[in-house]
Amino acid sequence: MLAYYLSFSVNCMDKVILRSITIHNCITMKILVCITNVPDTTAKIAFTDNDTKLNKNGIQYIIGPYDDYALARGVEIKEQSGGTLTVLHVGGAEADPQIRKALAIGADDAIRVNAEPLDSYYAALQIAQVAKQNSYDLILMGRESIDYNSGVVHGLVGEMLGIPSYSPVMKLDLDGNQATITREIDGGNEILKVSLPLVLGCQEPIAEWKIPNMRGIMTARTKPLNVVEPVASEILTTPEKYTLPAPKGACRMIPASEAETLIRLLKTEAKVL
Amino acid sequence: MSVLIYIELENGSIKKTSLETIAYGAKVAEKNGGKAIVLAIGNADASELEKAGRYGAAKVLHATDQRLEHENSMAYADILVQAVQQEESKVVILPKSGLGDAMAARAAARLKAAVVSGVTQLPETDGVFTVTRSVFSGKAFATTQIHSEIKILVVKKNVIEVDENAVATGNAEIVPFSPAFRGEDFKATVIQVEKTNTELSLTEADIIVSGGRGMKGPENWQPLVDFAHALGAATGCSKPVSDLDWRPHHEHIGQTGIKVAPNLYIACGISGAIQHLAGVNGSKCIVVINKDPEAPFFKAADYGIVGDIFEILPRLTEAAKKLK
Ligand SMILES: Cc1cc2nc3c(=O)[nH]c(=O)nc-3n(C[C@H](O)[C@H](O)[C@H](O)COP(=O)(O)OP(=O)(O)OC[C@H]3O[C@@H](n4cnc5c(N)ncnc54)[C@H](O)[C@@H]3O)c2cc1C
Repeated sequence: MLAYYLSFSVNCMDKVILRSITIHNCITMKILVCITNVPDTTAKIAFTDNDTKLNKNGIQYIIGPYDDYALARGVEIKEQSGGTLTVLHVGGAEADPQIRKALAIGADDAIRVNAEPLDSYYAALQIAQVAKQNSYDLILMGRESIDYNSGVVHGLVGEMLGIPSYSPVMKLDLDGNQATITREIDGGNEILKVSLPLVLGCQEPIAEWKIPNMRGIMTARTKPLNVVEPVASEILTTPEKYTLPAPKGACRMIPASEAETLIRLLKTEAKVL
Repeated sequence: MSVLIYIELENGSIKKTSLETIAYGAKVAEKNGGKAIVLAIGNADASELEKAGRYGAAKVLHATDQRLEHENSMAYADILVQAVQQEESKVVILPKSGLGDAMAARAAARLKAAVVSGVTQLPETDGVFTVTRSVFSGKAFATTQIHSEIKILVVKKNVIEVDENAVATGNAEIVPFSPAFRGEDFKATVIQVEKTNTELSLTEADIIVSGGRGMKGPENWQPLVDFAHALGAATGCSKPVSDLDWRPHHEHIGQTGIKVAPNLYIACGISGAIQHLAGVNGSKCIVVINKDPEAPFFKAADYGIVGDIFEILPRLTEAAKKLK
């Protein structure tokens, strides 16, 4: 782990602390980072309108935590390769504060596709459309959104663009046009080399979450946020309703002096041993 | 009409979670009056694959190719799409995993199919095809209608009861399957595979013993590991524990880590923050051991012990050993 923090600072104005020296033979990267706008991880989930809509009352929205990792790594790469980083969101204007935050963290400009992301397929189609018009070298996003937890958008986008996709990616290094990726596979990790362009679903420890600094917040106000209209798509799904899990029964407390009883109860009462 | 079920193999055996996937797919096929057809990719003996029949499969398509040694969602999705086309499948079922999601996604883009991941129940098939899945990291469920001709469902673990002998008629027919690949399927070169998890994987485990910051440091993990061994359990941890490098990252459970759904989850010195609970709320039974009676985890627990983890763990290990 220590090697990760073998840091050095570039750009004396910003004193940006970068992690290990991981980007060689810099080519100018064109990076797209897709972000979701989701309820904060501590949000209490409840529904309205006959359980057809999320009750947004009192809910704080954030950039999806996994997307935040993708953004952080994207910014690090951009700062080293001198390319551009565009942040993309499919959704309504209520996400603009989160988009501005991404700009404050280091994105150069933003695109918002002005449409309710009806399902994964629809969102991916919009992302792919933007990507086709701009040919990015690297498309980064979180491994999954924390509202729908589907983890399928990177794969959909990859296939729609005819390029490889990998997820969950825990380390990304670049050498010119070659990416070296560490990703989680079942029961372990795999390191692979593949050439750009790529779509990657990111997770920790690919980078550390970044907090915008004052200068970033100031410059973010004037960075371009382009709102574009969606491309038409067939409706593949319609949401019907939400339900909450059944409330949990009371917890059965066992005195510490009789801790051994637990094992017996797990066998005879809960029947899980 | 048929239902195509992708299963995962590990060291030549069908994974336990995939046996569940077969049972799930067979039930969907039964409801629709179609056949349940399994797709297996990689090396396995016919005697192992035939097992699929006992869980309700009529046929197993078996694809092997030395280039398929590594998890490769591009090539695997290619195979899946060709199997769907050959069998004219209208419903495709995969187990929830990184690979399952990736294959489902890529196949969905090719087939113009709706993909719903995290499914927690059998679909409603009378009238509009409707599925229910877990959303908001287990805090709620969403029911969705699917209109596309082909429907792709990625199914969570522990969703249905598995009857090992659901179908007395026995064995499935094994049919070799040789798909065509595209050049870009093998663009990547795998340079290293590291099995960090030589023991039981968290997503497959029936029992998980998990430790939090209350364990105080990596040097204190032995009693927890001993207890896990005594129960045949996998070990997990909270996020700060892996952030501090006390335990490896792949053990990190929660909203931003692995989501688990074991029969039994035992939390040792974990406070029960909402982000941690989001990763374990699919567990059948939760035990919490914490010295603080006010720890929020007790609210989500079935059994609780208030006490010092270091005093209690060795005693539980002894009690568990006696049980065996
Ligand atoms: C965006 C976001 C995402 C997050 N994602 C995750 C996630 O995926 N997973 C996750 O786990 N966390 C996640 N967190 C962190 C989460 O909020 C909590 O900080 C974390 O779960 C706390 O870990 P803990 O319970 O191990 O530690 P603590 O909260 O410090 O709890 C330690 C517990 O140990 C008990 N204890 C101490 N000593 C003993 C003893 N001797 N015997 C018995 N009990 C003892 C204490 O009473 C206490 O309850 C996330 C946070 C954010 C903001």
